[in-house]
Amino acid sequence: MPDEIKAGCARPTGGPVGESKKETPYQEESITKETAAMIKVGRKAPDFTAPAYFQGKFINIQLSEYLGKWVVLCFYPGDFTFV
Amino acid sequence: MSIDSVFVHKMWNDNELSKMVKGGVPFPMLSDAGGKVGSVYGIYDEDAGVETRGRFIIDPDGIVQGFEVLTPPVGRNVNESLRQIQAFQLVRKSKGTEATPSGWRPGKMTLKPGPDLVGRVWEVWKTEMAFD
Repeated sequence: MPDEIKAGCARPTGGPVGESKKETPYQEESITKETAAMIKVGRKAPDFTAPAYFQGKFINIQLSEYLGKWVVLCFYPGDFTFV
Repeated sequence: MSIDSVFVHKMWNDNELSKMVKGGVPFPMLSDAGGKVGSVYGIYDEDAGVETRGRFIIDPDGIVQGFEVLTPPVGRNVNESLRQIQAFQLVRKSKGTEATPSGWRPGKMTLKPGPDLVGRVWEVWKTEMAFD
């Protein structure tokens, strides 16, 4: 289950889980990045951790903790951005 | 999930969203500082420094069944997302023996793909069924 985070002055962050980034020569970097950004239907959703606000608490979420459930993952441009 | 901090999420929920939805947002509002997760999902706009409107449906095995990405000014259709989830759930429950034709929604007929149905969809499914 998600851990609660203590609210401190540092902004908590998360990120992708597993597969640490390899050092690549500068020129190849853009190609590598685009390949990594390809999401395909029928394939595994990349796992990640992320801090979250949920019902009055700050918690840590990991996508793989939701295995066994249907998940809708929504991204949006920003809080207070109207739409 | 957006690039905002969890503190901004709290302020948005407490000061605005909780006035739209009783009890506030019923699911976790995730923070993606720097767009690290958004980049992996291919929806982070590096020039603008924000995520675009990506929506991913992930099944109980962690498999992406569908996604949709919109530019910021146009909002999503929640009903369409729900319809897709219902369709994917039906297909999963049928262990792939049933498929949902264009325009399907709960209660409408499904198709049972097999040798007998090849070239005969026109007999059971009419174009009008794609609309409404």
